[in-house]
Order: sequence, then C-alpha cells, then structure tokens
Amino acid sequence: MFNYLKFIRTRNFPHIWCPGCGDGIILKALIRAIDGLDISRDEAVMVSGIGCSSRTPGYVDINTLHTTHGRALPFATGVKHASPDLNVIVVTGDGDATAIGGNHYIHAARRNINLTVLLYNNYIYGMTGGQCSPTTPRGDRASTAPYGNIEPPFNTAGLAISAGASFVARADVYNVKRCEKMIRQALEKDGFSLVEILTPCPTAYGRRNRMANPVKLMEWLRDNTVPVQKWEKLSPEEREGKVRVGVLADTEKPEFTAEYRKLIERVQGE
Amino acid sequence: MNDEQPASKKPAVIRVNGSWCKRCGICVAFCPKDVLEINEGNLEVARPDDCIACMLCELRCPDFAITVEKE
Repeated sequence: MFNYLKFIRTRNFPHIWCPGCGDGIILKALIRAIDGLDISRDEAVMVSGIGCSSRTPGYVDINTLHTTHGRALPFATGVKHASPDLNVIVVTGDGDATAIGGNHYIHAARRNINLTVLLYNNYIYGMTGGQCSPTTPRGDRASTAPYGNIEPPFNTAGLAISAGASFVARADVYNVKRCEKMIRQALEKDGFSLVEILTPCPTAYGRRNRMANPVKLMEWLRDNTVPVQKWEKLSPEEREGKVRVGVLADTEKPEFTAEYRKLIERVQGE
Repeated sequence: MNDEQPASKKPAVIRVNGSWCKRCGICVAFCPKDVLEINEGNLEVARPDDCIACMLCELRCPDFAITVEKE
C-alpha cells in the first residue's frame, strides 16, 4: 500500500475526471515517482495549461501553477529560469501541448531546458467536447470528424526528439509500473524530458470509437502497445496500428539553465 | 501444502473508499484472481481470500479509491 494522502489535496476529492479516465492513474504514478526519488514537496513545482490533464495541479499538494491554454511550458520555463534548483514538472495534454502550445513545445525541446513534461495523450479534446486533436488517429471519430478523421496525426514523441529534447519516452496507463519508471527516469534526467503517456478518455473518445467502456480502452492499450525491444523485431506489416512504448531517446546535451549560468560567469568575469 | 497455516491468514486486506470510487470497473476487469465485483452500483471485495496482493487494483485505480494492505 502506498500512502498518497500526504501528496494530495483531499478536500478536492473525488476528482472531476470521468469514470475510467486514466489521468488519475498517471497522477498516482507521478506521486510514487516523486516520493521514490525523495523529492520533497517544497522542491517540486507542477505547472499546467488548460484541459482535463491540466486539472492535475488542483489535486496535488506541492507548489502548483495552473496557467493559460497551451502556455504551461513558457510559465514553467520562467519558474525554472528563476529557480534552477526546483524540480519543475509540466502536465499537459495532446491539444494543449501540440496544438495551441505547439510552438512552445518544439522550442522548449530545442532549448533543452531541464523540465519534466508529462504529455497525457488521449487522442482527443476531452474537456471541450470531443473535438479532433493533432494526435487523433486517422479514421477515428470525433465531434468535429463525425465521419472519421482524414488528417494524419503528429508523432508527438518524434517531434520532441527532432526538436532536440534530451530524454523522450512513451508510456501507457495499462502498463502502469513501466509508466512510473519512465516518469522517474524523466525526473532524474538533466535536460528537457518528455514522457508521452497514452491514457484512455472513455467519454469523449471511447464513446465515439466503439470503446465507451473504460475496460475496452485499457484492453486496447494492453493489446496495441509494443515495447521498443520487441518493436525492432517486427516487420512493417506487424507494426501497422501498433504503438511503440519505452525510452525512445536518451542523450547528453547542454542544458539551458546551466549554459545560462556559465554565460553569466563568463560575461561577469570579463 | 502447509496444514499448520491458519485458515484466516490472508495475504492482504483490500479497502475501498466508496465515496471516491466511480465504478469504472478497471480493477474488476484486470484482477488476475477475480476478487472484486460491482454489485448494485457498489464495488465489493467479493472473494478476499483469493487475493494474492499483486497490487494491480490499487495501481490502476484512477480514483485513489483502493488500498491493498499487505499483512
């Protein structure tokens, strides 16, 4: 048994997330990761934008900042820049990070600033009524795509890798221990660390895609996620419709706040 | 195998916070020993003696509503 009570604001419970929404599963994995690394509540800051995922700071009893749509990363950049010793954790969704905040997303990754970003990917805009997001898979239905989505989705993790993030992983809430491990690795990494977490949205996504029961969405995650080691052995046909999970990139690169400190020392020394 | 073991010895005690549980059914569906049940809108620990304390229900509960206490 893990005692979550010291990390949550119990007065706000039960939380607003729908029955079977995976956001609570991610929050619990994050709390266990924070506790496992002995990060105190005073040393951690959680920043979010707008959306279902971005409600998370309301439930966790650490320093929290609930900001405007798509702008969690700029606010978090400011926090990290002012206090580089804090562990700054950004919780964001697929719409928040890759649509309205898309530019912030690629530039924070390019800058390689030491933030831990948890991108809750549920393939849809849940809070605002099930509109297509940039990650809605082709052919899936949304309130703005009643006959099926004709656009190809972003490869969210791939976007962060090509932009320059030093740690990128993909996890899912069915394989919850692996998800916790990825979050822990991201927290430990010195640099921009992204964990894209596939999470079910039974209400806005599932109901429109024949998976209204939360169990169906969890089964989908169980049956369609493939760990990276196994992925390498699959043929292109076998990869069709499957999602690769695990650590996708882990490299050493100069970190922004450290580089900034060096710059100050250099210029002041002149 | 071990006849000396008292019949009441259970590996774990499962507690459900009914006011936080939203009856999504994830714990019921993925319990490897089929310990949990939803009856008349309530989550019940129907077969506590079968629990093997794998913790999966606690880990996957989105509502912070299940705790599994190992004895």
